[in-house]
Amino acid sequence: MLPTLPSGRVQDVVRAPDHVLSVRGHRADPSDPQVVQLCADLVATMRVSPGCVGLAAPQIGVSTQAFCVDVSAHPKARTSHGLIVVVNAEVVEATRNEKGREGCMSVPELTGDVKRATLITVAGQLPGTGEDIDITTDAFEARALQHEIDHCAGLLFLDRVAGAHAIHARKVYRDPPAP
Amino acid sequence: MLRRPKWNNARVSQLAITVVGHDRPGIIARAAEILAASGMNLEDSSMTLLRGHFAMTLICAGESSTSEIESALQPLIDESLDVTVREVPVEVDKSSLGLPYLVTVHGADRLGIVAQLATVIAGAGGNITDLSTRLVGDLYVLIAEVDLPLEVSVEALRREISRVAAELGVDASLRPVERDDL
Repeated sequence: MLPTLPSGRVQDVVRAPDHVLSVRGHRADPSDPQVVQLCADLVATMRVSPGCVGLAAPQIGVSTQAFCVDVSAHPKARTSHGLIVVVNAEVVEATRNEKGREGCMSVPELTGDVKRATLITVAGQLPGTGEDIDITTDAFEARALQHEIDHCAGLLFLDRVAGAHAIHARKVYRDPPAP
Repeated sequence: MLRRPKWNNARVSQLAITVVGHDRPGIIARAAEILAASGMNLEDSSMTLLRGHFAMTLICAGESSTSEIESALQPLIDESLDVTVREVPVEVDKSSLGLPYLVTVHGADRLGIVAQLATVIAGAGGNITDLSTRLVGDLYVLIAEVDLPLEVSVEALRREISRVAAELGVDASLRPVERDDL
């Protein structure tokens, strides 16, 4: 499932309220070398960002339906497909909603409680070959995929929070002072 | 002889108390201790930090008067912490006849976001039952829970909210509150 990508360039991550995060991304031509490079850049940027398990093109300022996800090192993951890089993805089946707390590199100071399906099937295309793929997954990987597909549709987790008390300031835990 | 509980004879008042000021550990503990010692039952309360300031509002009920509680709470007050006490009538706890919706707004901060959107909601007869707003960096976020009368056209309200949001340059959505009754 992992396409061969050129080496990626680390890009700056865009933060809300940047307009690019609020508009639906254009459908991508998976064989376009620029799209393939964009995907490589997404992976490179995700890899250098601590704790980042997914990044969508609007988050690096490009209004295109492309993203990468890798939850393999995350303790909340159950099923993991390793590195996923996909364009023009959509959720085709979704069941079993559960609430979970989400953060986002584009909204670094807040987290939010968001209800998402915990069992989903996503259909999309691989960058480069354009091969159609289906991914069926659960739990944290399902949440990450839905979060990134939302980015490609111009939505943030803020658009899906469960209530007036469902947004929280992100806690920053500092090391205790040396004795 | 049957001793009737004092509660039945005495005049029970309901007091609204606000505590606002510099945050530090122990404010709630001290306030709750004073109220308990004064025989006031702490009923509904809400406390949060607003831009780092301690902010608590509560309703308590008991036989103590406003002035008695005011003086009991005096030790809590200093130059950085303000307390107000006032008696409030007992409100009938009316369960909502409307439909619960959630309004979410986010975008670049500017003057009047809450004012303009709350005016649109009020204009449709919507009642905001819970609201929180956050300003982080340039990003302003508003989440409001709203009861809409059954006769409201949700689509018309959604269009009006979108129109005002577009004028303000922010994103806004209106969607039903999801509830799972188990």
